[in-house]
Order: sequence, then C-alpha cells, then structure tokens
Amino acid sequence: MAATTLAPPPETAETFLDSNEIVLNMGPQHPSTHGVLRVILKLDGETVLGADCVIGYLHRGVEKIAENRTYQQFAPYVDRMDYVAAVSNGLGYCMAVERLLDVEIPPRAQAVRVILTEVNRIASHLLWLGTHALDIGAITPVFLCFREREEALKIFENYCGARLTTHAFRIGGLQYETHDTFEKECLAFCDLIEEKVKEYHDLLTGNRIWVRRTKGVGILNAQDCKDYGVTGPLLRAAGVEWDLRKVRPYCGYEKYDFDVPTAETGDTFDRYIVRMQEMEQSCRIIRQAVGAIPEGPIKGKVGKVIKPPPGEAYVSIEAPKGELGYYVVSDGSLNPYRLRVRPPSFVNLGALDKMCRGMLVADVVAIIGTIDIVLGEVDR
Amino acid sequence: MPDPTPPDGSKRKPRRRPVRRVRRTARPVRKRVPRKPKVMPQAPWEGPIPSALRERFGEGIEQTVILGGQKLVVASLNIATDIISFLQASHGFDYLVDLTAVHWPKRERQFDLVWILYSFGSNERVRLKVTLADGEAAPSVVSLYSSADWLERETYDMFGVKFESHPNLRRILMPDEWEGFPLRKDYGILQQDTSWVRENLKIESAQ
Repeated sequence: MAATTLAPPPETAETFLDSNEIVLNMGPQHPSTHGVLRVILKLDGETVLGADCVIGYLHRGVEKIAENRTYQQFAPYVDRMDYVAAVSNGLGYCMAVERLLDVEIPPRAQAVRVILTEVNRIASHLLWLGTHALDIGAITPVFLCFREREEALKIFENYCGARLTTHAFRIGGLQYETHDTFEKECLAFCDLIEEKVKEYHDLLTGNRIWVRRTKGVGILNAQDCKDYGVTGPLLRAAGVEWDLRKVRPYCGYEKYDFDVPTAETGDTFDRYIVRMQEMEQSCRIIRQAVGAIPEGPIKGKVGKVIKPPPGEAYVSIEAPKGELGYYVVSDGSLNPYRLRVRPPSFVNLGALDKMCRGMLVADVVAIIGTIDIVLGEVDR
Repeated sequence: MPDPTPPDGSKRKPRRRPVRRVRRTARPVRKRVPRKPKVMPQAPWEGPIPSALRERFGEGIEQTVILGGQKLVVASLNIATDIISFLQASHGFDYLVDLTAVHWPKRERQFDLVWILYSFGSNERVRLKVTLADGEAAPSVVSLYSSADWLERETYDMFGVKFESHPNLRRILMPDEWEGFPLRKDYGILQQDTSWVRENLKIESAQ
C-alpha cells in the first residue's frame, strides 16, 4: 500500500489503542469461500459483530432457462446447480415432473435411483470433508477424500458415461440399464468407504487441533434452525431427528433400514460427526438396495412428448445439503410455466450471520465450510 | 462358385412378380376422438386446519383443496400474514420452506405469491397462495420466520414484488443497480441491462 493512503497518525496513544469497529471484506476470490462468495464482516478486533453475504456471482438464471426449454431439455441443467451432488438434483427434478404427470415409477428404477443417490451423497460428503478440513488447516484429508471420491465417480462413469454432471435419471425412470458389474462396484465402494471412514476418524476426531477449531464454533440450536429454515445435517446436528427420507419417504426409502444420525449441541464438530455417520448409513442403504434390485422395466409409462396437465406441484427430497425442493407450475404446454428451485445451500447460508456473531475471524472460515455450500446452487 | 445353371439343364423358373391387388372398397374412415385433456386430481380438503381457517377468516379463504395430493390454501392478500401467523401459532407450522412468485401477465392481478409451510410436529406441508397486482405491496413475514429475509429479497429481485416492512429489501442475486426484473414473463431471455453491462463489465454485450 502506498504511504500516502495511510490514515494520519493518531493524536494520542489512547485513541490509537482504542478498538474501533472495522469492516473486512472476504472474497469473492478467497479459497475458503468454496467458489465466489463475498462476505463483508464487521469486526471489533478479532470478534465478528456481523456478517453480510454478497452472492449472485454465479447467477445464471436457471429458473428463467427452464421456462424456455422443454421438460426433458431442462433436465441436464439441474445438474449444474449443486454440481457435487448432481444425481440428487436430477432425482428431485424428475420426481417433481413425475408428480405433475402422475406416473408410476417401476421398482427397479427406484432401487437404482436410491443406490446412485446414496453413492452421490457419500461423494458429496467426501468433498465437503476434504475441503472443510483443508480450510481449517489439515492438508491430508483432502487427498484421501478425493481418492475415495474418485471411486464414486467411476461408478457414475461406468453407469452413464459422465462423472460430475451425470444426468443419470430421466423423467419416468432411467435411461440406461445397469451394467454387469454395477452391483459389484457398489458393494466394493461400500467396503472401501466403511474402512476409510475409520481412517478419517483416526485423522480428525481425536485430533486436538481439529477439536479446538470446531467444538463450540458456529452453534445453531434447533429453534434457530427451524426459524432460519436450515435443514440437512445442520438441523440434525442440533438434535432434531428429521430426514425427509424418513418423515416423508419417497423413491421407496421406506423399505430400507437405516438410522438418522443426530447430535446435541449443533456446533461445527457435531455436524462433522453427523456427516461421518451419514456416510456409514448411506453404505447401509446401498447394501440393502443392491441386494434386492427387482427385475422389471426401468421406465414408466411416459410418452416421448412430455406435456403435463395444467397444475402445480412441490416435491422435495433430502439432498446431501438439506431439503431440495422443486415447485413446478405447468400451463399444459411443453415448457414449464414456472420452475422454482428451493436450494438448501441458499437457505442455509442465510443463517451465516447468526452463526458468525461473537466468533473470531478464523472461525468464519470454519463456519462457511460447515454449512457445506455450493455456490452453483446458492446462485443458480 | 456354384454353376449358375441347374444340373438337369432346365432353365431356372422365372420368379413371379407379386400382383398388387387393388382395394375395391374404401377403407373405413376412423373417427378421430378428441383426446380427453388430462387434469391433475383435485379434491376438497377437509379436516381441522381448513375448518379452523374458515372459522377464523370466513370469506377470505377462497379455496382449500388437495391438488395432486398436496394441500393448498388459496386466500386473499390482505389476510396472508394473519393466516401464516395463525398457522404458526396454533397449528405448529414452524418452518417456512419456501416463498416464491409466479407471473401471469394476462391476468388483472398479475402475480401469484406462494408460501410453503411445514410443521415439524405434525409432519404436514401446506401451500398458501394469494394473488397480487403489479405494484401492490406484499406483506413481509420476516418477523415470523427469519428465513423469509432472503426468500423475500429473492422474490423482489426476480419479480419486483415489494415486501412491506422488510428490514433490508435489496437485490440479492442480481447486481444492486440492475434495471428490470428477470423472471417476469415480459423480460426476454436474452434481455440485459445494457448500460449496466457497458459501465461495469466494459463490454458491449454480455450475451
């Protein structure tokens, strides 16, 4: 900084030492903001007095695009919102349109959908774990997590050819039959994850630095979670046993036996524990689903031209980040008249200010990491 | 290669060309039956919540239906906040899932405002819909749900629906100085605020 831009020297030592509120700008080009999120922090020394998010750098107008595309044409676009959990996005969208069309999805398609969605949930949590630990200062987990995530991406690649933006599902069911080694790959992936989760626990759970950086940081209790509309692992870490897969089962989740992991205090450490347990539970679901994929068709009775009757529907699923909802309004034409996405990241990020208050600047990085935002979904 | 002539020396039998038969009688004309337009299944919604709402608000509640298996309340604008606070206080709807708008430019009251409420206690989800004229102010529910803050800002940003008594009604996804509201139907998909783009991005067009 040039010397001329410095503030004039204070008159007395007293005013010099007087702590003043300062405004600190963080991002949009900051590695810990996971993309292009700008946070304006109001600080008293190191303590955060308030945080204001500036978002929209990645706004592409997905909802506007939807109004100008047919129902099938729009399906690949939803993968570009939460691009680390593209399969979940696709599932929610397909289910919303299927609700408008009122079609039955064959059980075989539902089982494959569940398997792929759970593999994707693990992949999303792995990416979160690696980057979150990296933000806090642990370098090793990110390499391990990406190594295991690769296996999940290989399953997608072998199934549908794409790794990240998969477009795995179609309205009415599936496009592709599973390949010969699909079941074997999924089971091997479960074995791998169950083994590696223990390794992550060894690395982090007892680690004193990790515990110090995460315990008591960014607490959001159950009442505040409900008030801010925060869902997903954040809500469960606050002690609310609420998972859409359990309370409003879809896609045949009621057939599988799994637990909803919860914690008590709702701080960053609890959310870490909840997500780690969720990965294990996802493995349980995958094992059950792979063992009992029914025979039969993979696509329901959906015509080549998708033209839902006039009406509207709101369908939501439990995405890795929380409640992902699609509100679709149809006017009986080929294009959705209005398609609203209820993104979990966007709503969860709204509670950032609440979680940051009274914390230190370094904790803001941990809190942004623990919300598990994907800016593609926040901005759409 | 086999010999083209058969061993007995006879000539190959000429292939008979298939005779095309001419249809003498006219094909019966199939009557085209117009396909029945599909409609979403709809049923009146009866139960403690709709009856409580009717009792409390009377004529203001226009419709309580189950549309495609989902509960929907259609009401008039001026009682929207009262309904939401009533549902929150006496029926435990403690989670505002979503708030959005739908633009119908041909209607007199151009906008539909849609709130989606959820109750953790009873595991029920209800959609509340009101209509709104262009330029008319909508009631803000930030005092009831903190999540409404960003959702209302987004609805304002995309549709230009102003929320009365919102503490901080600014654009959220679009730049602050942007002209126009992108999700309105009269806003073209290639439309942009050219002067903003020129001034801030230093390019002629962002398309």
